[in-house]
Amino acid sequence: MGAGSLLLPSLPAFSRTVAPEALLEPGLDVSVKKRLADAALNAAKSKGATYADVRIGRYLNQFVITREDKVENLINTESFGVGVRVIADGCWGFAAIVDARSETDMAKAAEKAVSIAKANATLMKTPVQLAPQKGFGEVSWKAPIKTNAFEVPIKEKADLLLTANSAALKNGANFVNSQLFLVNEQKYFASTDGTYADQDIHRIWPTFTVTAIDPKTGKFETRQALSAPMGMSYDYLQANPTDKITGITTRYNMGYDILEDITAAAKQAKQKLSAKSVEAGKYDLVLDPSHTWLTIHESVGHPLELDRVLGYEANFAGTSFATLDKWESKNFQYGSKLVNFFADKTQPNSLGAVGWDDEGVETQRWDLVKDGILVNYQAIRDQVHIIGETHSQGCCYADSWSSVQFQRMANVSLAAGKTPLSVAEMIKDVEKGVYIIGDGSFSIDQQRYNFQFGGQLFYEIKNGQIVGMLKDVAYQSNTREFWNSCVAVCDQRDFRLGGAFFDGKGQPMQSNAVSHGSTTARFKGVNVINTARKI
Amino acid sequence: MPILSKEEARQIIDKVLSFSKADELSANLSGSRRGNIRYARNAVSTSGESDNLSLAITAVFGKKAGTATINEFDNASLEKTVRRAEEIARLAPENPEYMPMLGPQQYLDPQTFADSTAKIDPDFRAQATFDSIDPCRKKNLTAAGYMEDTTGFSAIGNSKGLFGYNKATNVDFSVTVRTADGTGSGYARPDFTDVGKLNTRSTTEVAMQKALASVNARALEPGKYTVILEPTASVELLQNMMRSMDARSADEGRSFLSKKGGGTRQGERLFDERVTIYTDPMNSELPLSPFGGGGGGGGGRFGGGGGNDGLPQEKTTWIENGVVKNIPHSRYWADKKGVKPIPGPAGFIVQGGNQSLLDMIKGTEKGILVTRLWYIRAVDPQTLLYTGLTRDGTFYIENGQIKFPVKNFRFNESPVIMLNNLEALGKPVRSGGNLIPPMKIRDFTFTSLSDAV
Repeated sequence: MGAGSLLLPSLPAFSRTVAPEALLEPGLDVSVKKRLADAALNAAKSKGATYADVRIGRYLNQFVITREDKVENLINTESFGVGVRVIADGCWGFAAIVDARSETDMAKAAEKAVSIAKANATLMKTPVQLAPQKGFGEVSWKAPIKTNAFEVPIKEKADLLLTANSAALKNGANFVNSQLFLVNEQKYFASTDGTYADQDIHRIWPTFTVTAIDPKTGKFETRQALSAPMGMSYDYLQANPTDKITGITTRYNMGYDILEDITAAAKQAKQKLSAKSVEAGKYDLVLDPSHTWLTIHESVGHPLELDRVLGYEANFAGTSFATLDKWESKNFQYGSKLVNFFADKTQPNSLGAVGWDDEGVETQRWDLVKDGILVNYQAIRDQVHIIGETHSQGCCYADSWSSVQFQRMANVSLAAGKTPLSVAEMIKDVEKGVYIIGDGSFSIDQQRYNFQFGGQLFYEIKNGQIVGMLKDVAYQSNTREFWNSCVAVCDQRDFRLGGAFFDGKGQPMQSNAVSHGSTTARFKGVNVINTARKI
Repeated sequence: MPILSKEEARQIIDKVLSFSKADELSANLSGSRRGNIRYARNAVSTSGESDNLSLAITAVFGKKAGTATINEFDNASLEKTVRRAEEIARLAPENPEYMPMLGPQQYLDPQTFADSTAKIDPDFRAQATFDSIDPCRKKNLTAAGYMEDTTGFSAIGNSKGLFGYNKATNVDFSVTVRTADGTGSGYARPDFTDVGKLNTRSTTEVAMQKALASVNARALEPGKYTVILEPTASVELLQNMMRSMDARSADEGRSFLSKKGGGTRQGERLFDERVTIYTDPMNSELPLSPFGGGGGGGGGRFGGGGGNDGLPQEKTTWIENGVVKNIPHSRYWADKKGVKPIPGPAGFIVQGGNQSLLDMIKGTEKGILVTRLWYIRAVDPQTLLYTGLTRDGTFYIENGQIKFPVKNFRFNESPVIMLNNLEALGKPVRSGGNLIPPMKIRDFTFTSLSDAV
């Protein structure tokens, strides 16, 4: 799949299939991890490294995959190993060893990393400039989960999906595919700066696609889940009434009701079959957070990654229109005055939340676009000097112990509007518009100017009223034009997270999980196309 | 070295099978060595090499299957893993669609392995990278590229007597060259079984030429244009179409191959009559694994397309003279429909003509040369409508000549419609693990302009 995109389910490298019970076994004790890490750090230093970090990682995945009344697949995997990164002779070197459990293994990995660094140093024009970072000593961070999904019997999880599938079929779906993705990253980071960070990260994503078919016309329509992948565990599936946002269809915040959503989805997929095909033209768009997260991801998150701006991703994901001169000018109008984007690796229950990043930097929140003006990028320790900073923003990540860490997107969100505004009040002001819920088709150019997005549900707005369902809708715009057309942003009450569970970048490609929050927002006069064709 | 010989692989698999207490047992043993080097801004950014050797054992009781994997091969570890797979199988839910394992099969013997590729080492990668960066530095151009080489084997055996072994190599190289001011960009991406055919300098020179020629692009109005798609441009659209060919989803009524009122469109003429697409594992330019599954990575050369049950890959015609001839059928669906199972295409060949790209340009009165398409995503699965953008060199053709570079476009087009609007086919070349000719297409739909370079 193309970079900057959302990957299909992927597993960390060197994953091995295990019994579900193995996912509950404890990993190495933290004292053992420290001893192993020190062995690697000492070996690296003795071989001439001026900096070294070690990541001891245990990555657990459980995927439950069903269709209609069948469990199609149960996947339980574990991947354990060590990655050592060093700077020697001013150049990076990296080596990784699967199942490394001895001090000898650690020293071997460190020595290999140093030798690679020294070999590559001959090709370097300028040495790596690493921003200084204070050591935090022995610290830990744990995702604040209430119910560990790995502890829930697998039968209970499969039964939940099969019950949901049954609800879909009873409510008019012809087919239904549902999946539950669970991830637990047990990461131990140590560096020559003096940080030893033990972290326990959980992610969950329940999702489905229902299909409705009209045998008379031979047409079919689908509706996907309005769930979000979250930095939570099974507690996400235990929704409280306060987690639900009612309206034309129910949407969800920190808890998800799969049975309720799939029931609505089956009815809506059927309704789509006879919905009005949109008339192409200019419309005001009212975008729900379950949709907007993806537009933020593609048109704000990616172009503001400093490695893209500098050209490190030119051969694959591409570069960025948001060049350094635009940032330096201090007056580049990325969006209207209502538009404020912030990056935040501390957002509770988000996919990107963690205590320390993969190079020992404490996570934080920072502004990217303030009152519409571009003010910052996302950068890591060997890049921040380029934007005049002395301290990294803490967004370095590797998807496995076997991958080299590099700059990855933090959670990037559109800040809520400061003036009280509800969705109903926003819609009242729209004369001719489309209300879009859920994410759909997505595509953007390699410098992040021109994009096209679809969705799951489209409702026509006429004179302040929702008058019916539409289909065959996609909108095309240009990043700057689009965010400058933002004329209203709902207040904090409507703030919700969406996100990407498998965001791809790099060669070889690595996956990253990232959330994007927003409230419902309105965009004036956006170009809507009709996507219906005949073959 | 993770590359086992056929006999070494057979010994391990036989040992595994001897420990079985299950109704059925299969073993997939695969190993690979992958090396890569990445560069950007005319300097190496990362490089690495990794070995992997692993064995997946699947035990079956009735219709309950369990899989366990291991990367240690002593008798005790093998036996322990067989027991673990059996334990997982006993606890697994019954799979009503489970198909009994296959008995012994006859496999083709394609030449998927090249010694030269298997011998690639870090010095070779560094030299290949230097050969790409060096001409760019000299012309004040900036190169970013990536080379990945894979050597692997895959062996499969089961308690019904099936055994298969294949060894394969692949090298994939891509390079993007940009002008110093960022106003021009070019790209090239060849892939080979035999690295002896790869020349990173001459490949980079193609990208350099496109980068220089694409400077000062002019804006044309979006609309319907005659286009010439280079294979690097059309490959992903065609791959998406081929992957969407599946008998079950067609029968279920949720595919572009579903027939109104039920059934599939097999036998119908859906494309221009010059369109013929087939798979041939024995093709010397595009040798493919003789069976599906087994891992090893690297797409069709290592055993992609069609599950991991050892179903043979044979020469198969998917589309013949515009008519849908065969649609992949999983073993379960084939059994249900009473037909022969056909594994999905691991790589395909679009039959072409003898015209070169230059000949096609010469024969074009007005049109647009598209060298690459990017960020292609499905818009409507019913019609296979896709959207995406041109990238890294798009040019206006008039009276048989390239006149000037044009700004990039977004397209919304279906490969089904595209292959009906066919004007001409050129000589096929290997692209992304397929053989694809340059294609001249009329009425290709561009819906908006992009400022991206």
